[in-house]
Parts: sequence; structure tokens; C-alpha cells
Amino acid sequence: MPHIVTAAELPVAELLIRAEQWRTRLQANPAPPVQPRAALIALLFYEPSTRTRAAFEQACVLLGCHPLVITAEASSIVKGESLQDTVRTLCAQGVRGIVIRHPQAGAPVAAVQVADAPILNAGDGAHEHPTQALLDLYTLWRRYGMPDPTTRWLAGRKVAIVGDIRHSRVARSNLTLLTQAGAEVWLCAPPTLLPDAPLPHATHTHDTDAAIRDADVVMALRLQTERMAQGLLPSLNAYRRDYQINAERLRLAKPDCVVMHPGPIQRGVEIDDAVADGAQSLILEQVRNGVSVRVAALEYALGEW
Amino acid sequence: MNRYLLKNGRLLDPSQSLDARGDLRLRDGRIAERGDALTPEPGETVIDCTECWVAPGLVDIHVHLREPGQSHKETLQTGGAAAVAGGFTSVCCMPNTEPPLDSPTLVREIYARAERESPCRVYVVAALTQGMRGETPCDYHALKQAGAVACSDDAFPVQSAEVMRRAMLGCAAYGLPVVTHCEDKSLSEGASMHAGAVSARLGLKGAPASAETVQIARNALLAHETGCHLHVQHLSTALGVALVRFFKGLGVRLTTEVAPHHLLLTDEACAAFDTDAKMNPPLRTEADCDALTQGVLEGVIDCIATDHAPHAPFEKAQPFPSAPFGILGLETALGCILHWNRQLPQPLAPLQIVNLMSTAPARLMGLPAGTLQRGAPADVVVIDPNRRWMVDAARMRSRSRNTPFNGWELVGKARETFVGGALVHRDDSA
Repeated sequence: MPHIVTAAELPVAELLIRAEQWRTRLQANPAPPVQPRAALIALLFYEPSTRTRAAFEQACVLLGCHPLVITAEASSIVKGESLQDTVRTLCAQGVRGIVIRHPQAGAPVAAVQVADAPILNAGDGAHEHPTQALLDLYTLWRRYGMPDPTTRWLAGRKVAIVGDIRHSRVARSNLTLLTQAGAEVWLCAPPTLLPDAPLPHATHTHDTDAAIRDADVVMALRLQTERMAQGLLPSLNAYRRDYQINAERLRLAKPDCVVMHPGPIQRGVEIDDAVADGAQSLILEQVRNGVSVRVAALEYALGEW
Repeated sequence: MNRYLLKNGRLLDPSQSLDARGDLRLRDGRIAERGDALTPEPGETVIDCTECWVAPGLVDIHVHLREPGQSHKETLQTGGAAAVAGGFTSVCCMPNTEPPLDSPTLVREIYARAERESPCRVYVVAALTQGMRGETPCDYHALKQAGAVACSDDAFPVQSAEVMRRAMLGCAAYGLPVVTHCEDKSLSEGASMHAGAVSARLGLKGAPASAETVQIARNALLAHETGCHLHVQHLSTALGVALVRFFKGLGVRLTTEVAPHHLLLTDEACAAFDTDAKMNPPLRTEADCDALTQGVLEGVIDCIATDHAPHAPFEKAQPFPSAPFGILGLETALGCILHWNRQLPQPLAPLQIVNLMSTAPARLMGLPAGTLQRGAPADVVVIDPNRRWMVDAARMRSRSRNTPFNGWELVGKARETFVGGALVHRDDSA
């Protein structure tokens, strides 16, 4: 069963092509006719989510499946049902797949152990968020003219990921896919928000200017404000000063550098208005691409190609 | 029935520096005599020990038997059965039960129940502070009188240096070792594994080595001042070994132990979120394993202890960060240590292995064990050092199944275990 827990497990090239086919189809008709079938896909969300959940719901509908949205607050989870029992229950009810968002790293692994339907990781703690990384990669792939996805098509490109790397599942999954495609990846964070040890194949720094200098892509990460309360950062102002992606800083990057953000963005914190809404921003493009990529990923997990 | 003649074994007794072929007679619960060729007496069961080691029963000074209050994980009976199956005849149980073993009544109750229910001898390590809350020292005089062999807050290490200092003064006065799990919680808050390359990759909060070393240093300094016997549990870091070496050199009354898993496994064992590789202190790096091995070879580390920590399958089935810390140790310790020993460029002699797993731990806890001297309690293990076997969690005597060694092929196993001259375990799995 093709579970998707980590980005490394994704058949990337195939998925990019499939996502593009879906994008074309949806562009021609945003509500294409679907063959409804009696198939349930559970969207098991232990954490809040807007775009990931919405994209997966749409993906289910496009595949003719019914999305069964289960959130922690409104389910037996509040009665103390374990993750594995919830998964067993859903499988016994005949779901064809389970999309899981969970605050703890490794939760989808616990789910896989008891599931007889494919598990799709929609973000687990600070571990991975494979479909987000896939949509980020897809967005870049389109931006660069859809080169042969089986090659190292990002070779020679510098990608700077700036923000709370330590707690970021997006950074970890992106690192895997970006380096696979040949990119040079810089991870930039305040010293207290870098990982315990360097992640493989990346340059680590707390110097944002060095990270951004000559970059082709800058990805800003959301800063959770509780990091200040936890004493990991001195102040929001200090963070803005040293790590915010703003117009002035962006001048260090290549002129055609693009700016990305997995969302939700916090204007004026990790990114300023001018950059978020500027010509170099791909932020809404990322959101648009979320659906095509999730349909492709779901089709793959359901074993339908 | 309780009369046995163990024939033609390799007798290994570190307490007499004995390593010789011979016979051993067990009678009336004691070691009756030793000889080159003893003649069987009427009513005596003769057991052929050719090709086997005959050693004092193994001693594990760090186990969790989970009673009272957590008998869904382990009981005095199942824990005792696991112990004797692993060749252990004496264990020291830790006080982090529900309620914690912080009163003489509770300590006496464990002794009384273990006598009836456990096939293995059980000694109680009582709590170091009331309720193991790290605030108020226990009544050490009363605990000592009730039979406690040492005091420890184990997994709830005392964070206040002043409270630890007072506890050490009290324990020193009554001759109780202070047994410490060294962990500065401010450095390890929320951690579920070692802070390093693997935790970085998995996005799990890690505990740095300093969480252990900071408290080893603090506790050793306090032991130096108070004259207390400090026993540092389950050393896991290279710098921890260096600190123990340093403080022993200063003359501090300091002893320490290492667990088989810290000698054999690294944090890579957590790479697939295997909760059976989650324990505290966590599995660390190759360099730490090497330093711990070196520590054993040099004698900086005094003994092996398992930190046998059973947890029910449903508890370990949670996502990694929520799963409880701890793994089983009693039934795999001997096989694991013999495996570790065979990997060494110059393996330790069998006598040294028996010392690390029996005589040395018994001596440092002051237990009447770890010897084959005539007249000593007949706590004896017959070890087949060539017995090849597969670890099968499903067949463990323990009530729990949480071992990272499931499926390992090990060589060397306890064949017969005697406690007080009674045959309490015979390996029938062959």
C-alpha cells in the first residue's frame, strides 16, 4: 500500500506531470464532471488547518470520493480514543484512505502500523509535510518552464528557507525534494531555532543576508509567536530586524528571485506587505497549486495509476 | 528435593577469583561444598554442567517491577519470572510506583509480597524525597530499618541542589547509597530522544548530553562535600564517563552502571519512530557507545544494570512523543552483554563478565549475593555460553513486550537458575 509519510517516498517526477494534467483540466473547467462512487476518504485533523484541509477536500470531490472530515474536538478523540483505535475504526468503516494532520512527529507512522488503507501525512509535528513540499516544488517547476522532472532540474539554483527551521515540517520535507532536484539549499534561523544538528545536504546559518544573497528562491516560514513566550527569541522586533523578508533584503537576491511561503502568512512578522503582495511573490500561486498536487497525490495513494 | 549437585561446570566466582572446572553442591538453601569430583549423595539431583558456566546468580540493581499501582505493566511475579529466566537471582526495584515507595510501611509490604510472589530475590530502593516530589527528604532511618538498600527518585531526579545536599547528608548518616538518574530537566523538557542528527531529521525534541552531565557533575560535587555514597544510574554519555573517571580520581565515593542497550544501540534505532527504542536517558551516538565500552574496560563503570522498564503494548503504541520511556532488560541482558563482549578486540574473560553482572553490583549495593563461597545462599546460575537463541518478545516472561532486541539472534543464555537452593528456572525453549 503506497502510504505517504515522508517526502522521500514520493514518486516526484510522475506526480509533477499528473499535477500538471489536473491543473490543465481544472483550468478548462473548474468543476469538471466526476463519476461519483461510494468511496470515503477520511481527513483526520488533530490540528487546525485551512488550506491543506480545503485542498484535500476538493481533491476527494474531484476523484468522486466523499471526504469524511474528522477533527479532534468533534470526535471520540476527546473521549480518549487513541490514534491507532481511531484509525482501526475508520478502516472498519471502509474508508479508502486516511489523510492525517497531527501535532506530534511520527503520528502517521503509528497510524500505518494498524491501517489497511493508505495513510497520507498532511503534516506531523515538526517532522514532515510531504504534499506541501510537493506543491512548492511543483510551483517552482512551472516557474522554470517545466523541465524534464527526472533530471536535476534545480541544479545551479540557490534556495534560502528562512524562519523557524527547528520546528518546521515544511522545511524538512522541502529540503528532501529540493536537494533531490539538485538545488543548493540554505537554512536560515535564529541560533535557538536551528535543528539539534545540521540537516543533510544543507548549509545552515543565522545570517539572513548571507542566505538570501544571490538566491533564486526565498521561502519564508511562519513564526509562531509562542516562541517569544518560550524564551527562544528576545522580541518580535529583534526577529523582524534580523529575519524578516522585506524589499530591502530581497535586493540581495537575484533580480528574478521568487518568494514563497507555505502560509498562513503573518504580515509584518516574517514577511512584509510589499514582498507578500509583490511581483516576485508566488504565495497565492502555491495555494492555487495545492489542489492539483493533492489530487495527484491522492490518486497515487489510492493506487489509481 | 532441594539438593543439587552441579557436575563438571566451569565455576566462575569473582569473589574468590575462582575460574576452574569442578562440582558444586547446593544443600539446605546454601552452597554446601565445592570439589573437583564430588560423589552424588542419595536424594540429590545431579545436573551435568559440562560446557556451561556455573556462576553466582546475576544481580540487577536497577529494575522497575511496577507494584504497587501499575500491575498492568509488570508484577512482582512476572518481573521475578523474567529475572530468573534471564539468570538473575537478586534485583533492586525502583520506587517510582503508585504510590511511590517513600514510607517504611510500603517498603515492608514489598518485601513481604516479594517473598511470597517473586521467584527472584527483591531488594527495595526507597524514594529519596517524599512523594518523589524533590522537595522534602524521606525518613532515611526508618527506611533503612524497613530494609531499603538505597534511596533514589530515579526518573524524577531532584532538581534542587540544596534538596539533594540534604538528602545526601541524611543517607550518608544511615549508610544508604544515593542512587541518581542524572538529568537536568530544564535541558530535557519535552524531549523524547537524544538531541542530535536523528532528532533533527525527525523533528523530535531532543535531550542534549549536557542534561545528563550537568547533574552528574553537580551530584558528584555534593557527594564530595557530604561524604555520601553516590551511585550514578545508566550512564549514557562519553563526557559522563569522563566525569565519573575524574570524580573517582578525586576520591569521591562514586559508583556507576551502564545498561546493555546503551552499549549496543545508538539514536539511529529511533529513526523509524520505533517507540521500543525510546528510553531515558536516550540512546545516543556511536562515540558515546565507544566511550561507555572504554569505561567498562577501564573499570570506571562498575557494573551492568538493565533499567528493566516494562510498559504495556497500548502505552507504547502511541505516537513517539507520547509513548512512555523505557524498555525491558532482564531477559536479554546476559545475551546482549555476551554479544557486546564478542565484538570487542580483546573480549573480557568470563570471570569479568560475571563480576560486572553479579559480584560487583551486589557488593556496591551491599547485597548478600554475587558469591559461591561455602555457606552463602545458593543463588546460582548455570549459563550455556554457546546457546544460540532468538529474542522473541511474544515469549517473554515479563508482562510487557517492549524490547528493541526483538528478533535479535543472541548466543549465551541462562540454562538453570537457583534461588536459595531451589530450581526456579530451567530453559526448556531448546
